Amino acid sequence: MATTTLETRENRRAWGFVTPALLWTVAFFVIPFIVMAAISLATRKGRELVMMWNLDNYVTFFEKAHLLKGLFVSLEITFTVTFISILLAYPLAWIIAERVPQKWQRMALIMAILPFWTSYVVRSYSWLLVLAKNGVINNTLMQIGLIAEPLEMASTRSATVIGFVHFFVMLLTLTIYANLVQMPPNYRRAAADLGANGFQVFWHVVLPLTLPGIMVGAFLTFVLCIGDYITPQILGGNNELALPQIIMLQLGRRADFPMAATLSIILMGVVTLAYIACARWLKMERT
Amino acid sequence: MFRHVSTGKTRNKLLSGAATFILGAVAIAHSAQATEELNALVWCDHTDPALIEPFEKKYDVKVNLKEYEGTGAGLSIIEQSRPGDWDVFVIDGVDVHRAVEMDLLAEIPADALPTADLFPEVVMAGNNTLDGKTYAVTEKFGYNTISFDKTKVDPKDMEDMSVIWSDKYAGRIAVYDYYLPVIGLVGLGLGIDTADLGADDMDAIKEKLFAMKKVSKQVGEVVSSQTALATGEVDILVGGGEWITAVLSEDKPNLDWVIPKQGGLRWAQSIAVMKDSAKPDLALKFVQYIMSPEGQARLSTSSCFWGMPANAKAGANLSDAQKAALRWDDQPAYLANSQLYPIPDADLDAQIQDAWVEMLQQ
Repeated sequence: MATTTLETRENRRAWGFVTPALLWTVAFFVIPFIVMAAISLATRKGRELVMMWNLDNYVTFFEKAHLLKGLFVSLEITFTVTFISILLAYPLAWIIAERVPQKWQRMALIMAILPFWTSYVVRSYSWLLVLAKNGVINNTLMQIGLIAEPLEMASTRSATVIGFVHFFVMLLTLTIYANLVQMPPNYRRAAADLGANGFQVFWHVVLPLTLPGIMVGAFLTFVLCIGDYITPQILGGNNELALPQIIMLQLGRRADFPMAATLSIILMGVVTLAYIACARWLKMERT
Repeated sequence: MFRHVSTGKTRNKLLSGAATFILGAVAIAHSAQATEELNALVWCDHTDPALIEPFEKKYDVKVNLKEYEGTGAGLSIIEQSRPGDWDVFVIDGVDVHRAVEMDLLAEIPADALPTADLFPEVVMAGNNTLDGKTYAVTEKFGYNTISFDKTKVDPKDMEDMSVIWSDKYAGRIAVYDYYLPVIGLVGLGLGIDTADLGADDMDAIKEKLFAMKKVSKQVGEVVSSQTALATGEVDILVGGGEWITAVLSEDKPNLDWVIPKQGGLRWAQSIAVMKDSAKPDLALKFVQYIMSPEGQARLSTSSCFWGMPANAKAGANLSDAQKAALRWDDQPAYLANSQLYPIPDADLDAQIQDAWVEMLQQ
C-alpha cells in the first residue's frame, strides 16, 4: 500500500515536470503541424483558399519537374555538405582532443566555434565577397600568377556548399570531440598491445566508438542544411532552387499556402526518414 | 579591393560615425516620443530617412515602413496581417485594380491630389481610378530595360533585345528577379506587346526565357543585381534601367542603360490609402507629402533606387546633375517607346510564375 502511494506520488511529480514541456510541444508543434497538414490538403483558386481536402498538391509536386528538382537539389547539397563537413571535422576534432595540450583545448574549441558568434546572414554575404570575381581568393590567385582569368565561384552551388561547410564543420567538430575525449585511452593501448598498427587501431577501435558522435553531428547537419533558405539564396545566385527557396516563393509571391504547406510536409518527411536511418546512433541511453 | 585610410581620416570617420550614432539615437528617442504611428507597406525607395524624416517632424509621427518587392509579395503580407495593420500601400500602378477588387484601398478625393501637375503619360487614370473613383496616384516611374557597363560591352549590341539570350555575353549577364518585367521584356523581344501577352505565348516565351537563363550568371533582387553590375561581377543586367544606374552615376559613370529598338517596359508605382486604416487623414497627408514637389524630388533620388518623379514640378527641386542622371530631357522619347507591365489574370499569373521557377531550375 505504502509502495503504491509512493509510486503514485512519484508519477505525479514526474508528470509535473514533464507537463510544461508537453504543453509547449503540443501548442507549438503538434497543433501547428496538424493545421499545416490540413492546409496542405486545401487548394488555392485564384486568391481564394478552398478547403477541398484532396491530395492535388502532392500530385502536383511529383508531376511538376521544377518542384521535384527542388527536393533533389536540396538532397544533393545536403549530402555533399554533410560528407565534406565530416571529412574536415574529424581530423580537426582529433587534433584538438589528442594533440592540443589539455589546458589549451578549451581555447582551441572556442576558436573553432568563433564563426558561430557572427550573424548567419553577414557570414553568408562575407563569403560572397570572398568568392566574387574581384574577391579575395581570385585577387590572390591572380596576383601570384596561378590563374590568368578569375574563377567563377560566386553564385554557384559550390559557393552554397562552401558557405554551409564553414558553418557545419564547427558543429561536427564539437560532437566528434565530445566522443573522442570520453573514450578511455586503455582501449587503444589494448589494441596496440594485441599487435594492431596505428591504422588498425583507428579503423577497428576509434572509428566505431566515435561513430555516435559523427552520426549525431551528421544528423544535425542534415536537418539544419536541408531546411536552410538563407545560404542558397545568398550564395547560390538563384541559379537553382532548393526546396526551402521554393517554399518561400509559394509564400512570398503567390500566397499559395496549401502548396507551401505541402512542400513543408514533404521536407519534414525527408527529415523523418533521415532520423529513422540514423536512429540507431541517436539513442540517448548508453549501452 | 582594399582602401588605405590615413589615421586622420580614420579619426574623422570615427567621429562622424559617433555623430551619426548620436543623431540616430536622438532620432530614435524622438520617434519614441512621437504621438502617432503610421504603418506603410512600401518599396525600398521609401525607406530613405531623407524622405521620411521631414514628414515625421512636421506631423510629429513615427512612420513604420515595411518594404517588399513585387505585388504578389505585398498582397501576401497583407493577407497575413490583420485589417487595419497598414495605413499606406505603395503598389505597381498596373496592379491598383487588383487591390481595389480585393477591397483593400480607400477612395482618395480627386481634389486632394496634384493630378494636373503630373506628366500626362503617367497619370494612368485607367489604372488608378475605377468607376470614376480615384484609389491611387502615380508617384514615380522609370524603365525596366537593359543596364550595362559601357566599357566592357558594345553599347550597339544592347540596342537589340535578342542580346539577352545570345551567346555573345554568356556568363556576364544578371537577371533582375522580378518575373513580370523580365517576361514582359522577353515578350517584347519576340514582338509581343505586353497588353497582348496571353497563355498562347507562354511556350515561345519559355523557350527564350530558358535560353536567357543559360547565358546568365545570376538571378537576383534589387540590391544583389545592383551590386553585381557595380562590382563587375556581371556586365549586363536584364530588367535594369535608370533605377539601377542613376543612383551610381557619380561613382560609376561607366554604367549605362538603353531602351532597345523593340522597346522597354515602363514601371510606375502608385501610392494609396488602405481602406481599413484607422488613420485615413494622416495616411492621406502622407500621400500628399510624397506627391508634393519636395517629397517627389526626395523620392526620385532615394538611396535605394532613383526614378522619375511623377510630378513634373519636382524638377525645380532637383539639381542639373540629378536631372541629367534621370535623363529628364529624354523622357518624351522614352515614354513613346515603352509599354506598361503585363497585367495577367490569376490563371495566367500562375502560369507565368511556374515558367519563372522552371527557368530558375534550368
